[in-house]
Amino acid sequence: MEPIKQHKGLVYPLDRENVDTDQIIPKQFLKRIERQGFGQFLFYNWRFYDDGTPREDFSLNDSKYDGASILVGGENFGCGSSREHAPWAIQDYGFRVVIAPSFADIFYNNCFKNGILPIQLPKTVVDQLMEKASKEKYEVEVDLERQVIFDGSDIEVFFDIQSYHKEMLLNGWDEIAVTLTYEDKIDQYEKQNKGVKTLGIS
Amino acid sequence: MSQPKTIVEKIWDQHVVHEEEGKPNLLYIDLHLIHEVTSPQAFEGLRMSGRKVRRPDRTFATMDHNVPTIHRNVIKDAVSKKQMETLEANCEEFGVRLADINHPDQGIVHVIGPELGLTQPGKTIVCGDSHTSTHGAFGALAFGIGTSEVEHVLATQSLWQSRPKTLQIKVDGLLGTGVTAKDLILAIIGKYGVRFGTGYVIEYTGEAVRNLSMEERMTVCNMSIEAGARAGLISPDATTVDYLKGKRYVPEGEAFDEVAEEWLALASDEGAEYDQTLSIHADEIEPQVTWGTNPAQCVPVGGRVPDPKEADNDRDGIERAIEYMGLEPNQSIESIPVEHVFIGSCTNSRLSDLRKAAEIVRGGRVHEGVRALVVPGSKSVKDAAEAEGLDTIFITAGFEWREAGCSMCLAMNDDIVPPGERCASTSNRNFEGRQGNGARTHLVSPEMAAAAALEGHFVDVRKYAITVGG
Repeated sequence: MEPIKQHKGLVYPLDRENVDTDQIIPKQFLKRIERQGFGQFLFYNWRFYDDGTPREDFSLNDSKYDGASILVGGENFGCGSSREHAPWAIQDYGFRVVIAPSFADIFYNNCFKNGILPIQLPKTVVDQLMEKASKEKYEVEVDLERQVIFDGSDIEVFFDIQSYHKEMLLNGWDEIAVTLTYEDKIDQYEKQNKGVKTLGIS
Repeated sequence: MSQPKTIVEKIWDQHVVHEEEGKPNLLYIDLHLIHEVTSPQAFEGLRMSGRKVRRPDRTFATMDHNVPTIHRNVIKDAVSKKQMETLEANCEEFGVRLADINHPDQGIVHVIGPELGLTQPGKTIVCGDSHTSTHGAFGALAFGIGTSEVEHVLATQSLWQSRPKTLQIKVDGLLGTGVTAKDLILAIIGKYGVRFGTGYVIEYTGEAVRNLSMEERMTVCNMSIEAGARAGLISPDATTVDYLKGKRYVPEGEAFDEVAEEWLALASDEGAEYDQTLSIHADEIEPQVTWGTNPAQCVPVGGRVPDPKEADNDRDGIERAIEYMGLEPNQSIESIPVEHVFIGSCTNSRLSDLRKAAEIVRGGRVHEGVRALVVPGSKSVKDAAEAEGLDTIFITAGFEWREAGCSMCLAMNDDIVPPGERCASTSNRNFEGRQGNGARTHLVSPEMAAAAALEGHFVDVRKYAITVGG
């Protein structure tokens, strides 16, 4: 996984609440067996007409947001299905940071496994970012080490993140490799716990 | 006496493999369920790093999301076919047991876990599917995970997890005649919204919950994720024990009595504290119908589509939902015509769901212009339903009777609602495009869906309750 320490990028505002993972990546694209190549299908049903031509009424198609790498969304971003294809699509499209007033749990966790930094900020701050980015090309900078996001003018806010998640992104860890360093503990747990007898499958 | 604990605390404490300051806990996973859509990249990850499945004996796979529900072995979609073949090859290579498309145990992963007795109280259960919360009905801690976590569990049989907060939803009183578990969970989400459960595990308690059958409890826990909660559960009781007795993967004889006692001891203690408690009165709940594009956008069947002008917040969202759904503000729910009816999904495709729908359908006729589908949740539900003649009731009335799978809940196979058309569905998500690009979904109970199929529009199913004697 590619580490993320600092990131500066163009902001794309998606002013909708409860954006679900069915919208982020519709089900017809879940049949691939690879992890790559989902960016072209991001927000597919909002971005394109049935014949595949882009919808001019969906803001991501506005050339102003070409090259955007910071997505700002509304409350409960990423709700619904657990499909990791959603963060895969977001990442593959070019986003590295997603900012929202609140996230759905599974989506939030999935982001960290894919080198995406999800940042939860108070709604008032998100509204400010949303407003600025909807008016003009608007860039912000994120410093994960200091847990700060700033735009060089009037916005500079601290954000919260669990230290475990922070370390994972800063180092680009392979989480499984980390866990396998605790393998003796897992062995020990399995030996001690009689839970096995209630399992049935053998 | 030791401090009273909730069931969540008890299960959690039993499963902590490693604990250290500033880190989530490393939590042991008892049972890992797998399906074809969210697993291929996980197996590929194992292959690329030369890792094995740590506990194939705690892993169980089936095919459900993509499978055709008609002409079973003619999978026209090459990509779906490849996904199923990939699962088969992966299970073979890594030694994971698989109930494939022709296996007698095949079915929706959240239907077969319980019916095989793989799902048991006190277990930690995960699956790359958000409706894994279903298994919480048994007093298991069960939650959906992403594909990276699927790979992590395959490799290590554990997950890094932060201790969740607990949220009690207390349901006092009893549900009225014709009011179902589906109406209960829709009413809870309608009242508290789609994100009140975020960061919590919900425990459903109270008289109305105690009175639910296991299959009804599964319907309630299934939709916990629609309230934002990764997991929802119900403390085990005699209903739980009775259901599990005799199931294939459950111990027999004295060993069963012993384990049943352990299960019952998991129930939340009297006086246990929750981080939050919400309550709702069952007797106030009426049959629900969703009008919008998330499950909280629902009203009683006698109600109307809201007027965005009168909304306190998210007016844009409400307006957009009404427009997408092709409805008018203040339109009565009963005036909404339906073109499709889908009875199925991990929420409502079990034998009791089909029985209740069949009671409404018996002797009736599917309304002209309505296409109605019944998709049993598993091969074994289908066989049991056929043994008691439910298939004949549905087919005689003009329903299509299909093979088991997820089907029109998410329309990954050929069971799709065409653009702009409307479906009364017993599934769990009315998101835009969920049942097909541009499709309009209204979530209801199996009884309400059956009644809508006969009448061509939504009706209060309680009028049937009188004719069928409740």
